[in-house]
Amino acid sequence: MKKKFKRVILVLLFLFVNVSGLFAADGKPIDSGATAWMLTSTALVLLMIPGLAMFYGGLVRSKNVLGTIMHSYVAMGIISILWVIVGYSMCFGKNILGGWFGWNSNYFFLKGIDNSVLDAGIPEYVFSMFQCKFAIITPALIAGAFAERVNFKAYCFFIALWSLLVYNPLCHWVWASDGFLFKMGAKGAIDFAGGTVVHISAGVSGLVVALYLRARRGYPYQVIRPNNMVITMLGAGLLWVGWFGFNAGSSISSGLSTAQALTATQVAAAAGALSWIIIESFHQGKATALGFASGILAGLVAVTPAAGVVQPWGAMSLGIIASLLCYMAIQLKNKLGYDDSLDAFGIHGVGGVAGALFLTFFIRKSWMQEAAAAHGGSWTVWNQFGVQALAVVIAILFAAGMTFIIIYLLDKVIKFRSTEDDEMAGLDRSYHGERGYGMLNPS
Amino acid sequence: MKLITAIIREVQLDKVREALIAAEITRITVSRVSGHGQQRIEEMYRGQRIVPDLIPKIKIDIAVNEAFVDITVDAILKSARTNSEGNVGDGKIFITPLEECIRIRTGERGKSAI
Repeated sequence: MKKKFKRVILVLLFLFVNVSGLFAADGKPIDSGATAWMLTSTALVLLMIPGLAMFYGGLVRSKNVLGTIMHSYVAMGIISILWVIVGYSMCFGKNILGGWFGWNSNYFFLKGIDNSVLDAGIPEYVFSMFQCKFAIITPALIAGAFAERVNFKAYCFFIALWSLLVYNPLCHWVWASDGFLFKMGAKGAIDFAGGTVVHISAGVSGLVVALYLRARRGYPYQVIRPNNMVITMLGAGLLWVGWFGFNAGSSISSGLSTAQALTATQVAAAAGALSWIIIESFHQGKATALGFASGILAGLVAVTPAAGVVQPWGAMSLGIIASLLCYMAIQLKNKLGYDDSLDAFGIHGVGGVAGALFLTFFIRKSWMQEAAAAHGGSWTVWNQFGVQALAVVIAILFAAGMTFIIIYLLDKVIKFRSTEDDEMAGLDRSYHGERGYGMLNPS
Repeated sequence: MKLITAIIREVQLDKVREALIAAEITRITVSRVSGHGQQRIEEMYRGQRIVPDLIPKIKIDIAVNEAFVDITVDAILKSARTNSEGNVGDGKIFITPLEECIRIRTGERGKSAI
């Protein structure tokens, strides 16, 4: 009898513990499946940053390998801190100053979301940290355009300012529920996981800075070759893996839309990579590893805005279109002679624009029907194309203009471009006092 | 025929190459080497001062005919010095007589093969 009583108490206790675990302080239930996937996605997107560091790090000369890797890593430090202090608030707060960006004093230092659970059933901390990773990778992407020739300290200030003045407003416009691009047209400008916010803005800003700083010493006459294609390939692989968090996580759920985004991501990356090496084989005779990696990125970038609305055949088409356009963009760059060192604009800018525009032709029927219903009966592909084009133009103009103002002013305070001696000695030695490949020499 | 071997600082390689190319000396061999000369450098590692035994340097080998010896040496001297007076650690140039030079492709020997 006593034993039975004990067991009942134990069962009740477990029930109580479980129930209290499922409900947060403000009463909304936590969807543990969605939360688990969002936690995984958050970690996957963070994995993209070391991936990017390796991708870029392998492509520069050996004297700049650590400096280039640090461009990505230092973003993890700077942007994380800024995000917690003001970034989340600026992106996902309520419109202020006429909607330029958001603000919510509860989000300042994230102090007001300790117990908060979103309607999607995930703790707000998880959503905030997931978004934080996007804010980190975007400025890190820009660094590819002006690799091998910038002062480390100036770079740190640049990404901090860029994050506050370019990323946060754009993110607010596109993803906050009261952002003006989020509300444009019948069902908003489509940017599932960051085509405009992340890739177009990073690519265009990179181009502006690359043009402002001019080419590296010796470019293009002196051959500048990758120091280690092996780590570049490993980095590209990590980016592909991490992109599942980036795209499939952007559904902010764990369900059908997650699966749709996941599939589109895989298909686009594969189609992009294959079409790049096919184009390259016809054009130059050999299928290069760097070409495969570039194709992976082109496909992934193009499917980023589209992952939520296209079916596999659409994703495949986007991957092929993106590879073709990015490949042509890089050929054109070589003709024009500007030094977008690691093709941040050629891949992220061009691929992002291609994805944001061409996705319109592959939207699944159900989405168009919902859009039509929301718009009162009819909503055509061309209506949506107009919305997409407008969003792209706004993102390009805003990112380019703001980036120019930032570097122009910052350059007056700290010289952004390395001195000639620093550039020749390499970033590793000049700014970090280290060498990436000391082990190649007996010391 | 002479073999000119220059040991220079890694960071001066770009400048030295540019100077050599300007002097129309383009046939060179470059290798990474480590060595110890007069120079003592202190490096920081985890906040500790260390003095590495062997310092990484660049070695350039250039085989030239007599007429080009001075041109080559001048170009290296001008470009490998780290400022107008130079610093300990800027490196050295060795010149050794070169007995024979053979172009593998054709088998030709001597001055014309250089």
